[in-house]
Amino acid sequence: MSLVPYVLALADDALVSAQRTAWWISRAPELEEDLALANIGLDQLGQARSLLSYAGAVEGAGRTEDDLAYLRDDRDFRNVWLVERPQTDFGVTMARLLVFSSWQCELYAALASCGDPTVSAIAAKAVKEVAYHRDHARLWTLRLGDGTEESHQRMQAALDAEWPYVEELFEPVDGALVDPASLRTAVLDRVQSVVQDATLAVPTTAPVVGGGRRGLHTEHLGHLLADMQHLHRSHPGVTW
Amino acid sequence: MTQWPLWEVFVRSRRGLSHVHVGSLHAPDAELALRNARDVYTRRQEGVSLWVVPSAEIVASDPGEREAFFDPADDKVYRHPTFYSVPDGVEHL
Repeated sequence: MSLVPYVLALADDALVSAQRTAWWISRAPELEEDLALANIGLDQLGQARSLLSYAGAVEGAGRTEDDLAYLRDDRDFRNVWLVERPQTDFGVTMARLLVFSSWQCELYAALASCGDPTVSAIAAKAVKEVAYHRDHARLWTLRLGDGTEESHQRMQAALDAEWPYVEELFEPVDGALVDPASLRTAVLDRVQSVVQDATLAVPTTAPVVGGGRRGLHTEHLGHLLADMQHLHRSHPGVTW
Repeated sequence: MTQWPLWEVFVRSRRGLSHVHVGSLHAPDAELALRNARDVYTRRQEGVSLWVVPSAEIVASDPGEREAFFDPADDKVYRHPTFYSVPDGVEHL
């Protein structure tokens, strides 16, 4: 089975998350957090670039990372719903990052010893980056959860809002090098222990049935792509 | 919003060198000050080690006392180790 759908799925998760995270640039609560979020977004973008280039090479149709990032429509994207929805609340961003980076951390750690040498090398580099993202999200979850009454309530609301989108991370993907379901216990254990340390409750909100891995998306992805792809599509081949 | 406390940041660029003051930042506590220092001051491989110190803990000399503090050293040229002849071929002295 071709590797392309799987590598694209992981690339799209990282790319869409990077684009959402970049929304915070110039908007974060403090200059220091602005830079921290920009660094995290750029790490994710770097992972996406490596994975997209490799997907293009394996596909063998001559598509570059730019072709794949800028010239596909939303139905061709394979990212999970967790990363594509808008995030304009800092608590939501941290709740989502806690889940996403915990998942990426287990995923990349497993992929680092998978049978494909390129994916393995990309994952070995990325696992150090996402371990830092996970710690950033952990520190903020602890401080907001165990902070003031308002920060506690908002962090809990953010976790409750993100929780329905967690299960999609563990759904089967065509051509997977690591079985997504095999990561579930480790990811949930890690997230739940942070949530409990932060004096928050593990949400009980029911999962939604996401369709990202099959190209079915929320209405938000189209708007995100319009923003992200506009320049490249209006000025094909434009460079700095 | 009350602003976070100020911290001074010191970076060691490589092993064997001293930590050097590179600037300051705001952070709510020591743990996040260290993280912020990593994100603000070591994005381009500037360092292998970081110190953060609460700015309020730094005791500074008074600019008004500058003359009494520093001028007396002006004419003590014999304190400089420049009166030795160095044998040829001696490196790292």
